[in-house]
Amino acid sequence: MPLTLLKYGLPGDHVPTRDIPPTPDLKRSYDVAIIGGGGHGLAAAHYLSKYHGIRNVAVLEKGYLAGGNTARNTTTIRSNYITNQSIRFYKEAVSLYESMSHELNFNVMFSQRGQLTLAHSDSTLRSFHLRAEMGRHNGTRISVVDQQQVRELCPHLNMDMGGQHEVVGGLWHEDGGTARHDAVAWGYAAQASGRGVEIHQRTEVQGFDIAGDRVAAIRTNRGTIRVGQVIQAAGGLNEQVARMAGIELPIRCFPLQAMVTQPLKPFLNTLVSSANLHTYLVQSSRGEIVIGGGSDPYQLAATRSTLDLKEQLAHGAVQLFPFLHNVKLLRQWAGITDMTPDYTPIMGASPLKNYWLDCGWGTWGFKATPVAGKYMAETVARERVADILQPFSLKRFETISLINEMGATAASH
Amino acid sequence: MKIMNCPFNGPRNSSEFTCFGPVRPPIDPDTADDAAWSRHMFQLDNTPGVIREWWRHTPSNYFFIAERNTVTDEIVATYEPAALHGKAITPKEITPKEIMP
Ligand SMILES: Cc1cc2nc3c(=O)[nH]c(=O)nc-3n(C[C@H](O)[C@H](O)[C@H](O)COP(=O)(O)OP(=O)(O)OC[C@H]3O[C@@H](n4cnc5c(N)ncnc54)[C@H](O)[C@@H]3O)c2cc1C
Repeated sequence: MPLTLLKYGLPGDHVPTRDIPPTPDLKRSYDVAIIGGGGHGLAAAHYLSKYHGIRNVAVLEKGYLAGGNTARNTTTIRSNYITNQSIRFYKEAVSLYESMSHELNFNVMFSQRGQLTLAHSDSTLRSFHLRAEMGRHNGTRISVVDQQQVRELCPHLNMDMGGQHEVVGGLWHEDGGTARHDAVAWGYAAQASGRGVEIHQRTEVQGFDIAGDRVAAIRTNRGTIRVGQVIQAAGGLNEQVARMAGIELPIRCFPLQAMVTQPLKPFLNTLVSSANLHTYLVQSSRGEIVIGGGSDPYQLAATRSTLDLKEQLAHGAVQLFPFLHNVKLLRQWAGITDMTPDYTPIMGASPLKNYWLDCGWGTWGFKATPVAGKYMAETVARERVADILQPFSLKRFETISLINEMGATAASH
Repeated sequence: MKIMNCPFNGPRNSSEFTCFGPVRPPIDPDTADDAAWSRHMFQLDNTPGVIREWWRHTPSNYFFIAERNTVTDEIVATYEPAALHGKAITPKEITPKEIMP
């Protein structure tokens, strides 16, 4: 990276190039079709083309590139989950972020500043001890910290909350961080299209031609294509897309809202989260305070946002940092999240032999973008579900072997 | 969706209500196999459009059914749960006295 900067920065005759070519016409057939041009679909395209030599690939995106939840998320990256299966998986996600800018030759601005989750009661602290033990057992950097350490990590935090939600300690996760979401998606897109993957924007999947237990062709608004294999990574619309293929997913759609304030001077180095207040905050590299929290209280298939949620997030933010009370909001938005019953994704095989699922990413899937892409690509290339993905199968709902991550996802990030 | 019409308490601010998710079709515990149980527990209605849900008026702890459009976020109808079991939907006059000991 620094050498490239010198090479192009000094001479002054560098001609800028497009990151991805314009959408081409659809061909008659592809080895692999990927439904959804969000971070997950694009990462899978990158890994297929770079590591498995599969380049006759079409990414089908109904809107514009990465305009779904990839564009709307608050970019928390962490691996402090509670089950072995999840921690192992998300730990690799974090380590792939550490080398991503280099891998993609694209600065994704990964900033590993650590995440602090606050406990406001002894029972929360007890669950933090369990998470810390599980995390250390799996080789991640995580520990329970006391009030004094919380003060040192986050000097501006209001510790007593007027007596209502006194901070009694926290879960300190040094591996946690953030990255720039658009850069992640565009980095993967640029790499994949550079190797011949076609990215088809404004191309909506509208139906499937099924022959026996396989998808033979995909119907889109721009024509029908024959396909060898299919990856579904359609974000908030995963349940509906799967239904078109005759696959039932245990997914319901809930809006998740977030907002940012006007830029402030840097005062908040760590990511701060409070499950009790259903609020988390991070200061972006532009100085804006990004504020997120819990999902809407009932399901909805629309990205409208509400005053109720805005008030709730503002309330939490002001409790944690009272001096934010007269800071103005700059933007607010919502995304539709595809929620599973156990707050764990669904990856791997489907009832159709050549149709692979990368779904149920709900409120927590941005951090998994590289690792899901890597192992979905491996799965498709070998036509066998990668070992690390096995626990996340759709079948787990039939055998009632759920992976409960609800507690570790409570403030939805 | 700002106001919800509770069959028991009348129109109230939506912040007074809690959603308990889609109504599930009944299951026969004597004959249901694992797949049927799995569907019953995890496969809930996610149709974009009108769905039928359990709601509670939180202060009075009264449970009822609402039909709600998940695209427009509008309440289409609210009624007593008895209507689910084939009984007529009658806006019965219950006074709080009758249900309190
Ligand atoms: C407000 C908010 C905050 C969040 N915060 C975090 C966080 O802090 N950390 C974290 O890890 N995760 C977070 N998430 C979750 C995260 O954003 C998602 O899980 C992740 O971005 C999913 O990526 P994806 O590529 O699978 O889906 P998306 O980025 O949603 O991409 C799916 C794409 O599929 C396309 N599509 C859908 N249907 C069709 C069709 N029929 N034909 C063609 N294309 C179709 C869509 O247009 C979309 O572009 C948050 C989500 C929201 C909404």
